[in-house]
Amino acid sequence: MSEQKTISFIITRQDAVDSAPYDEEFEIEYRPNMNVISALMEIRRNPVNKKGEKTTPINWDMNCLEEVCGACSMNINGKPRQSCTALVDKLEQPIRLAPMNTFPVVRDLQVDRSRMFDSLKRVKAWVPIDGTYDLGPGPRMPERKRQWAYELSKCMTCGVCLEACPNVNSKSNFIGPQSLSQVRLFNAHPTGAMNRDERLETIMGDGGLANCGNSQNCVQSCPKGIPLTTSIAALNRDTTIQSFRSFFGSDHAVD
Amino acid sequence: MVADNREFFYRRLHSLLGVIPVGLFMTQHLVVNHFATKGEEAFNQAAGFMASLPFVLVLETFIIFLPLLFHAIYGLYIAFTAKNNAGRFGFFRNWMFILQRWTGVITLVFVAWHVWETRVQAALGAEVNFQMMENILDNPFMVAFYIVGVLAAIFHFANGLWSFCVSWGIAVSPRSQQIVTYATLFVFVALSVIGMRSIFAFL
Repeated sequence: MSEQKTISFIITRQDAVDSAPYDEEFEIEYRPNMNVISALMEIRRNPVNKKGEKTTPINWDMNCLEEVCGACSMNINGKPRQSCTALVDKLEQPIRLAPMNTFPVVRDLQVDRSRMFDSLKRVKAWVPIDGTYDLGPGPRMPERKRQWAYELSKCMTCGVCLEACPNVNSKSNFIGPQSLSQVRLFNAHPTGAMNRDERLETIMGDGGLANCGNSQNCVQSCPKGIPLTTSIAALNRDTTIQSFRSFFGSDHAVD
Repeated sequence: MVADNREFFYRRLHSLLGVIPVGLFMTQHLVVNHFATKGEEAFNQAAGFMASLPFVLVLETFIIFLPLLFHAIYGLYIAFTAKNNAGRFGFFRNWMFILQRWTGVITLVFVAWHVWETRVQAALGAEVNFQMMENILDNPFMVAFYIVGVLAAIFHFANGLWSFCVSWGIAVSPRSQQIVTYATLFVFVALSVIGMRSIFAFL
């Protein structure tokens, strides 16, 4: 093997929160079975760009390296996905890396995903069990329902669905598919369902569920295959009923 | 417009008004216009009957103008808050999403012109009849404008019927949404045939 194989990158960089982004090209030596993160680590070992100029190492976010934490999401050749499972051998070159612009860029490829965690707090994406005394066991959940709900619980708050959604942008305050699907998850839980009306009323507020325009990019892009648009449609039905209940009054606020 | 938690109500109202009454009115309008294919006299009789309905101003105001005005203005706001991205995400539904917004804007321009040319002129003393449409469609540019406008309106209605079913929680599962896609495709084709036949009857 006399021929030197290389991998080329065009990376959108940004030095600070409010500075202008710019592109920088890199070329590294080819190794088999690399993913985008191992390539970024290679660049970090010797931060020299394609022109041979010394530059700063690229900043990015990562944690689990096995597509369950959601931290390393970025736009790879235009598509939002996790860089840990983006295999270099399967990508067209030059590989273009850019931050997910739906989120505030912290530096280079690192973005601030706080808005999604704030949304989870807003919609109360948890099962409230705390009390001043032992509340005893909750109602049982049918095993098959648990298996169904497990699919919804795979969400890793990676932000790909928000990046793909045309209605999540700086002109709108739409909370996006991620937290909506969690409302469906926690409303399906037998104990979580005791607060279902509160979650529904929250997503019926401004910037909530009604902002979905059904482009359905989210469900096509979700790396975990979560049925996000089915969640949204199911919540559309639940909120329709909830709106009638709260307008006319009902004995069935929580069941 | 987006303050005080009214967004959910406005969005649902927007979705509902697009179908009832605006979409139903459009369907009725296309069906009545189809009399044009049966000749000048049949069309004039049908159009004359519609114009001579009792309480016609009340009917027009509450079934057509007010719902249409709300749907149009709020729809423009919705259309311009989207950041279209079919270049990166060329999925079928994403294209429908974009076409829904484009056809909405085209329909608004077309309907505004169409109302000016027919209903407003009628209020100013002109008579809406076969002759009037024949004169309008004498111009090849206007024929193209009417074809594009009518097809845009029908597409917007048919695809809007789909999103109405999803937005109100009628079609939830992927399979039900798929079936509604086919059903609304049929609505689009059927109404398009009716609309195009009427236009060509005036040529």
